[in-house]
Amino acid sequence: MAAYEEQEYNNPFSFRIWMKLSPFFKPYKRFFAITLGLNILLAGVDILVPLFQSYAIDAFIIPDRMEGLGIFALIYIAVIAGQTVCVYLSVRAATIIEMNVGKDLKRAQFQHLQTLSFSYYNTTPVGYIHARVMSDTLRIAGMIAWGLVDMFWALIYVVSVFGIMFILNARLALIIAMIVPCIALLTVYFQNRILKWNRKVRRINSQITSAYNEGITGVKTSKSMVIEKDNEKRFYEKTSDMRHASIRSAKLNAVYIPAILFFSSVASAVVLARGGYMVRENLIKLGTLSVFISYAVVIFEPIQQLARLLSDLISCQANIERVTDLLEQEPNVVDQPHVLQKYGDAFMPNRDNWEKIRGDIVFEDVSFRYPDGKEYVLEHFNLHVPSGMNVAIVGETGAGKSTLVNLVGRFFEPTKGRILIDGVDYRERSQLWLHSQIGYVLQNPHLFSGTVRENIRYGRLDATDEEIIEAAKNVSADQVVEKMEKGYDSDVGESGGLLSTGEKQLISFARAVLANPAIFVLDEATSSIDTQTEKLIQDATNHLLKGHTSFVIAHRLSTIRQADLILVVKEGKIIERGTHLELLDKKGYYYELYSRQFEEEAAMRVYAGEQRS
Amino acid sequence: MKKITKTKYRKLQLILRYLYGSKGYFALAIAASLISTVLNALTPQIFRYSIDEVLGGSGLTYLSDNLWVLAWMIVVVAVASGIFTYISRTNTARAGENFAKNLRDALFTHAQKLPMKWHDKNQTGDIIQRCTSDVEVIRGFVVTQLLEVFRTAFLVLTSFVMMFSMNVKLSCVVLLFVPVVIVYSTVFYKLIAKRFTTADEAEGELSTVVQENATGVRVVRAFGREQFEMERFDEKNDAFAKLWIRLGTLSGLYWGIGDLITGLQVVAVIIFGVVEAVNGSISVGEFIAFAAYNSTLVWPIRGLGRILSDMSKAGVSFERVDYIIRSQEEEYGKESEKTDGTYPISFQHVSFGYEEGKDVLRDISFTVPEGRTFGILGGTGSGKSTIIQLLARLYELEENRGGIYIGGREIKEIPIEELRRSIGMVLQEPFLYSRTIRENIAASVPDASLEEIRYAARIACIDEAIMSFPDGYETLVGERGVTLSGGQKQRIAIARMLLQKAPIMVFDDSLSAVDSQTDYNIRRALKEHMKEATVILISHRVTSLMGADEIMVLHHGQIEECGTHEELIQRNGIYRKIYDIQMSRDDREKMEG
Repeated sequence: MAAYEEQEYNNPFSFRIWMKLSPFFKPYKRFFAITLGLNILLAGVDILVPLFQSYAIDAFIIPDRMEGLGIFALIYIAVIAGQTVCVYLSVRAATIIEMNVGKDLKRAQFQHLQTLSFSYYNTTPVGYIHARVMSDTLRIAGMIAWGLVDMFWALIYVVSVFGIMFILNARLALIIAMIVPCIALLTVYFQNRILKWNRKVRRINSQITSAYNEGITGVKTSKSMVIEKDNEKRFYEKTSDMRHASIRSAKLNAVYIPAILFFSSVASAVVLARGGYMVRENLIKLGTLSVFISYAVVIFEPIQQLARLLSDLISCQANIERVTDLLEQEPNVVDQPHVLQKYGDAFMPNRDNWEKIRGDIVFEDVSFRYPDGKEYVLEHFNLHVPSGMNVAIVGETGAGKSTLVNLVGRFFEPTKGRILIDGVDYRERSQLWLHSQIGYVLQNPHLFSGTVRENIRYGRLDATDEEIIEAAKNVSADQVVEKMEKGYDSDVGESGGLLSTGEKQLISFARAVLANPAIFVLDEATSSIDTQTEKLIQDATNHLLKGHTSFVIAHRLSTIRQADLILVVKEGKIIERGTHLELLDKKGYYYELYSRQFEEEAAMRVYAGEQRS
Repeated sequence: MKKITKTKYRKLQLILRYLYGSKGYFALAIAASLISTVLNALTPQIFRYSIDEVLGGSGLTYLSDNLWVLAWMIVVVAVASGIFTYISRTNTARAGENFAKNLRDALFTHAQKLPMKWHDKNQTGDIIQRCTSDVEVIRGFVVTQLLEVFRTAFLVLTSFVMMFSMNVKLSCVVLLFVPVVIVYSTVFYKLIAKRFTTADEAEGELSTVVQENATGVRVVRAFGREQFEMERFDEKNDAFAKLWIRLGTLSGLYWGIGDLITGLQVVAVIIFGVVEAVNGSISVGEFIAFAAYNSTLVWPIRGLGRILSDMSKAGVSFERVDYIIRSQEEEYGKESEKTDGTYPISFQHVSFGYEEGKDVLRDISFTVPEGRTFGILGGTGSGKSTIIQLLARLYELEENRGGIYIGGREIKEIPIEELRRSIGMVLQEPFLYSRTIRENIAASVPDASLEEIRYAARIACIDEAIMSFPDGYETLVGERGVTLSGGQKQRIAIARMLLQKAPIMVFDDSLSAVDSQTDYNIRRALKEHMKEATVILISHRVTSLMGADEIMVLHHGQIEECGTHEELIQRNGIYRKIYDIQMSRDDREKMEG
């Protein structure tokens, strides 16, 4: 099985990709206008500030008088105060844009994820999906709100400063202008290289994290083989790589900043030499020279910023592509328009038109292969499961036992042939209709953060507390829940992490019972659970299956023996089918599989004191 | 109070300990930073001098005719300062990254040497968090913040020296603003930091919803809960956005007011400067130089507030990392005289519990003569795995709870490395490293030849399966490579153990995921190849144990019965019952229940 490879996005800058996001900016046009307007004002103020100093020199110090200094001070303070207000308002507007665009973008992705097919989830790691919705979106929203605004400000600032300088003195202005391309090129060059090394640092960093993980989870094995030293050596190599890459990146930074300062000092020096001469010759005033010196120092910051933002903007495109890729992902299982019209979709169901279900299932000449697979795993498969029948599916781990169950639940659809539920092709009804009729209990039961009560209620949202307790009692989950510190209000932790597998299992049983569906799909746990809980789960299973059509991916003898029909899966295909006795008589694959299981369980029973004759 | 100084001292001690080998870099970085700050402070003086010379025209005509000299001086100073900045930054990076490497390495080494008991008690995720995120925070502190504090201090110092040398009154005006800015930014930053924590928590909650929705997608779909999930998501998403907007507004306020104070500082310098200049206390050049010093001061001082409050974060991380460092490592023992080379094993009245008052083994005594095979039969929780973990001293036997002996020596007396090297273990759920299969098998003998590796793999009946992978023995195991079945993992672990060539071999239920035919083949191959070894075989399958020289049946931590296969069959106890069930596969009645 190949490891998941993340797609690389290295497209050149493309306006088309950016425009895909335009529906997300549009609602905030007003805020964009506000923040842009404010930034024009702000750039103006920022340009004015050095002029005050030169005015002070030309108007007060040189003529040696103080008349009007009070008014000058007041105006100066007023401008500064105006600047404060502008900063505050533009930060606020940018934040509003950032957060709202981010919120809408996240929402769109989350909603789309609710409709995507299992084939997407099977081939995409959760971490990848999570990164799309969270970090990529944050980056995009930040870039749009702050990056664009900052760029706009810097652009106006640079252009206006040059405008003023050219008006004051074209020759001096030209000298400073010559430095600009040097700084811009330097920034782009260094930013790209620094970015490359930073990426490397991040990659090594994740290797170090996995190395810690391996070192700690494998500690018993390492100790017993006495290979701690070898492990350390491997680890030290990684940290050495890390040190190397980090120092490289820091060195680039250490060259870049003095280099910029060097150019800015060259500009100031030239301005001083030329300007000083001009002052002496009375070609310009001293105040003008001081303005030039101030500008020569401050102009380089926005130029650097522009260059940096430009390369940020280009790298942000990869985030946009990742997000839009997710949004453009097509689900494999879709309801037809006429079905949607009658039954409604997942978000707006039309429950009045929903038929009641009996749970009679027919596989009619079904052939199936997974969307990413080449080989058919089912070919011309026919099966009739009348309402109330219990079907057990057995086979080794990884043999493909869940295929049939995925088809019944319409998480995948047959490649050829039809599946009929109560005599109607299930594609003629909505997915939500079917899903609302199927109860699913999984091997690794998934719970959501929250309380036990909330998790059971997930089965039926309008259930009362009494109904929840009733459901828990039915599967003996109440015995376990009552032992918890806060009973039904106990926190289960993230993904149920605070509970044991057995406890999670029982709660997920209660959740399924509460939903009271016509069809049950049950994936039995293989993991070892203490004998006490084991017994409870056994009883709960029996309770669940009674009177319902059910498909069980079975590991326990009792469940298998009681099944009305057993399907035996090997290497993805169904190779034997029949009742328990029929299959034993065959002495085939089932026989071998079953005997192994039998030995283990029988031995366990002996230890538990349940000796059988 | 005493306690605070003690923990502070402890932190300093830690920093110094892990700065070993790079204290020189650090000192150099600080020195270079000092020099470049002083150099930077020269530039405004050059401007001042040139402006006053040009304007006054009274001084040296040579310089006023040759302004280029002054211009060159600016460039030279900039270049010199640039070189020292470079030296300072690169050496900081060297010191900081060395420090981070030392700390990371120390944590890894230490974690490997911490006893199993410690690992059982602590959550893996939490430990990894401490080793990664917290180390990162500390690294940031050492690499950037620590030097930044020095740099700011130098800058403030040199700027004030320059300013006071020109005009005391005006300098005092600037000095007045310094405490205001520092206090303001520290207080405000602390205020915001608190809100940041709440906003981060909101992000965490939103992140959890997304994570759980994706991992639990089967449950969501199966219950048709798409709409419900959407509502849950919207609630968290809205709360997140709202909190961050509030935070953004607050930071806007912070920046705005900060700008205002800074602006007022600049205004004050200019207005008072004009007054002083008109009064003739300072020249125009000095006025301009003042303004320049003032503006270089403004930002670092504002930054100081942020650094000061970030320091408290580093303090918390220090404590979290120190928790690991403080924990006691296993006693590895000194290199001792070589053993006599015989390996009979003996347990004498051993009792043990992982937790106080909950014994999983009670008064266990048995002896395995050298070169013999000893079988242990027992169900889940019978304590059979504990026996071998005690033998390898993965857990230590407490005082007065019996003794374990190998070759007549109590295992406490044997250095741990020597002891563990002499025991080859295959655990029930074997752990494979995310390396190639070849490296996994050769984990304890890194220089083994491929021939030796394949030989071991053949005995473990896994060679064929490995060769069927496209990359053969070079196939990567784990996340980035191939997914192995439980049985394949167990067989690779057996091959790995065989290569270790230990005089004692332990199989802890290590063929449980292998089908009975392969199980039989492996056992037969092993028998031929480990005639001399002392073997302990743990299983729940009677057929796996039948051939042992002696078999012990363990039940609830106590010895139920003990003897050869024949003796145990005669005894008609648990062993016999399990034997009957497992051997009578053809007995249809039983299997039909």
